[in-house]
Amino acid sequence: MSTAVKVEHVFKTFQSGKTQIEALKDISFDVSKGELFGLIGPDGAGKTTLFRILTTLMIANKGNAWVDGLEVMGDYKEIRKRVGYMPGRFSLYQDLTVEENLSFFATLFNTSLEENYDLVKDIYVQIEPFKTRRAGALSGGMKQKLALSCALIHSPNVLFLDEPTTGVDAVSRQEFWELLRKLQLQGITIVVSTPYMDEASLCDRVALMQDGKIMDIDSPKGITGKFKKPLWAMSSADMYKLMHDLRADERIDTCYPFGQHHHITFKDDHQEVNPIENFLIDKGHKGLSIEKIEPTIEDCFMELMNR
Amino acid sequence: MKQFLYFIRKEFYHLLRDRRTLFILFGMPVTQILIFGFALTNEVKNSRIAILDNSKDEATKTIIHQLEASRYFDIVEYLHSYAELEPTFQEGKIRLAVVFPEQFQASLLHTNAAPIQLIADATDPNVANTLTNYASAIIMDYQSAMKETQDFPYTITTELRMLYNPQLKGSYNFVPGVMAMVLMLVGAMMTSISIVREKELGTMEVILASPIVPINVIIAKMVPYLLLSMVNIASILLLSVFVLDVPINGSLSLLVFECFLFTLTALALGLLISSISDSQQVAMLVSLMGLFLPTIMFSGFMFPVENMPIPLQVLSNLVPAKWFYYIVKDVMIKGTGLETVWKETLILFGMLIFLLTISIKKFKVRLE
Repeated sequence: MSTAVKVEHVFKTFQSGKTQIEALKDISFDVSKGELFGLIGPDGAGKTTLFRILTTLMIANKGNAWVDGLEVMGDYKEIRKRVGYMPGRFSLYQDLTVEENLSFFATLFNTSLEENYDLVKDIYVQIEPFKTRRAGALSGGMKQKLALSCALIHSPNVLFLDEPTTGVDAVSRQEFWELLRKLQLQGITIVVSTPYMDEASLCDRVALMQDGKIMDIDSPKGITGKFKKPLWAMSSADMYKLMHDLRADERIDTCYPFGQHHHITFKDDHQEVNPIENFLIDKGHKGLSIEKIEPTIEDCFMELMNR
Repeated sequence: MKQFLYFIRKEFYHLLRDRRTLFILFGMPVTQILIFGFALTNEVKNSRIAILDNSKDEATKTIIHQLEASRYFDIVEYLHSYAELEPTFQEGKIRLAVVFPEQFQASLLHTNAAPIQLIADATDPNVANTLTNYASAIIMDYQSAMKETQDFPYTITTELRMLYNPQLKGSYNFVPGVMAMVLMLVGAMMTSISIVREKELGTMEVILASPIVPINVIIAKMVPYLLLSMVNIASILLLSVFVLDVPINGSLSLLVFECFLFTLTALALGLLISSISDSQQVAMLVSLMGLFLPTIMFSGFMFPVENMPIPLQVLSNLVPAKWFYYIVKDVMIKGTGLETVWKETLILFGMLIFLLTISIKKFKVRLE
């Protein structure tokens, strides 16, 4: 398999007043052709900066990167013809209609909607009924689909999507990822970033980013497979007290709130769960539920962060 | 080329769909011309005056009649004694009082001299000055009319001729000023805002990451506002010719060419502003403070540049509006041709080239 994106020891610092902010610290990774690659990390991890370097909008202080076999510094003009980019805060032209937005971005890349209709067909049929509506009047999910169509319209070899699902409802998010899967089948390499850990499992491979560094790169299964400790999900009527009591107990290694449950690991991998349960009952917890679970990407992320 | 044309089309969509802004942009020159033409004028018309005529003879009647007939004065009160003067002023009923002494005509005929007292409310010194000048002029007229029938020995009269603007109309002064103001505002502020808006929206990132050449982006952004400015010039000129009676004495094509040149300079300034500001507010503030104010203050349209301290006079040379103002005054009011304004035109042209070069250089192909 050949490489679509190659990043080698990239450093990037910003000057903010008198302090230097290190946005990227020694980033290296490869993305194969046709791969759906995820950059997972919280806000401020450096995802956007990395995207901007790869889309030739910024220059790395150190290191180098190649997109579609072209060097991002020297060949930026050629790269700009070949990649599609959807920035994080991209919000289209609110006062232009769906069709006008699409036509504008098509002509921007010297093509037309008719020419590449097949490529965006799957997405466009969903928004086509609203084609005379102004983009500002679309729902969040529709906007993202339109933005994706705009980024796709010139049939790019590599597609960079910076947090495309941020601020979009759960159903639209799922639909969006299905669309990405379909695009992948057409041979487009997709690099996507997201702060939502649950979306990581939908990628072929993910890079977990934190604080300008990549903590781990692997397939989602590979990453969860590295989580060796038994993991427990606990809940009770008083979740706050539960966390407080668990964190105070010396047998507990970590305890993180995960929506409906707290995810807990013990210091001793062979720790029996019954004594803990009894201990919690003694503490007066009602409606206690304890369950052994498989680790998610987020569990692994938390664990990597604490190392 | 198709790419470029569609970009321009897109800019027109933005411009035409923002009805409120469009209305302001087209309405601004019209309202400014009308406001300056009819409301904010320093000409004095229909000022209320009082007459205290202690003589009541033929001469005073004639003078009073002439005062009344002029469009500057409205006689609202005929007083009967000095004592009434002060209260009338204090009530604010009048701005000027004309006092004739007893035996006015008699002393004029017999001693060749008769005083008339003009008492003005000088709380506004400029108005007081203007009013007394007007009144003196009318009285002088009467005197010179008398001269024709009777021989006064040794009378020296000054004869004034106001060139280019014989009626001393304020509009001759502010039409060029408003033109400079409107073109600067539309050109610089709107262009810079429209570019910075794309930065804010994040669309600039996509445009930069596309194959379009930066110079095409710049030109596409300028074209709609250039056209808009031309429409504004047309409406200002039409209004000034047909509503304010300000003639275009020189060549119309030269005038339009100079407006075109100045508009381009304003657009280039807008580009420069857009490259240093990151938000629409900043772009707007910089345009207002950095361009609009100097245009008003240093173009010579509100305050004569010659009266300023030397450092400010030197500074005023940097303001494109100053040169434009000179040009328009020369071409439009004095009716001169390129032979008198070629120097100013060259200066504007030089400024345009300079500004365009910097802003194209500063327009980054990347984000930083």
